[in-house]
Amino acid sequence: MTTLLLNLFKAFAVGGAICVIGEFLVLKTKLTPARILVGYIVLGVILSAVGIYGPLVDFAGAGATIPLTGFGHALTTGVKKAVQEIGILGAFTGGLTSTAAGIAAAVFFGTLTALLFKPHPKE
Amino acid sequence: MFDKKAKPGPARQRQLDRYAQLVDKLSPKSALGQGLVRAFITGGSVCTLGQVFIELGQRYLDMTVTTSVTFASMMIVFITALLTGVGVFDLIAKYGGAGAFVPISGFANAMVSPAMEFRREGLVLGLGAKLFTIAGPVLVWGISISVVVGVIYAIMPW
Repeated sequence: MTTLLLNLFKAFAVGGAICVIGEFLVLKTKLTPARILVGYIVLGVILSAVGIYGPLVDFAGAGATIPLTGFGHALTTGVKKAVQEIGILGAFTGGLTSTAAGIAAAVFFGTLTALLFKPHPKE
Repeated sequence: MFDKKAKPGPARQRQLDRYAQLVDKLSPKSALGQGLVRAFITGGSVCTLGQVFIELGQRYLDMTVTTSVTFASMMIVFITALLTGVGVFDLIAKYGGAGAFVPISGFANAMVSPAMEFRREGLVLGLGAKLFTIAGPVLVWGISISVVVGVIYAIMPW
């Protein structure tokens, strides 16, 4: 029970902190959210490649995997694993393999939602 | 009876000054501080919900660590798509800012929202294409950089 609560707390603290950096960029720079998202995923790939993001995932769980940097981390771990298994071709197969479920889920649920719901007027 | 434009008397002016000071003291220091706090709470909550699904997967659904992480991402994506569909996610995003769009919920919302809006322009170039307005660039750069990392790793593993 204590481990569970501790895990939830770590996810909250680390995930919140990663989002605070994004909000700071929104408020203090002229970066659009789209650029910030692209920046996050690229940063995730690089931080994971240099071995910084892995330990953060071990520590914070969803606090590190749910932010988009976690998506970049999944790309890198997939690519490295595939390269170990099948060589340089793995550089092209590993990333999409490890993120396939997330991407397919987003495409499928996204399409379903767009078919079922009508857009809401923006204020 | 009460003229708003009339200049307040000295006593009324002191009262107004005290009120202004009080408001100053009690309200958040700045839009920046408020935005950061809201982003922290919202982003932290989304990630905590993700952690709930990770724990659920590992403790009750016999999932490995990797599978449970994927499961959690998919559930957040599913919930976000649904909340975007019923129009609730817009409210969360308005409150939480980056706290709502930096997690994978933002990725899902960025797909669903334009797809819904442009559906009337057709199922192929409306819904189908607009689904990737934001997701496209994210995937393009994420995948491209990861290929570069993979090639370097193949040549000189570390």
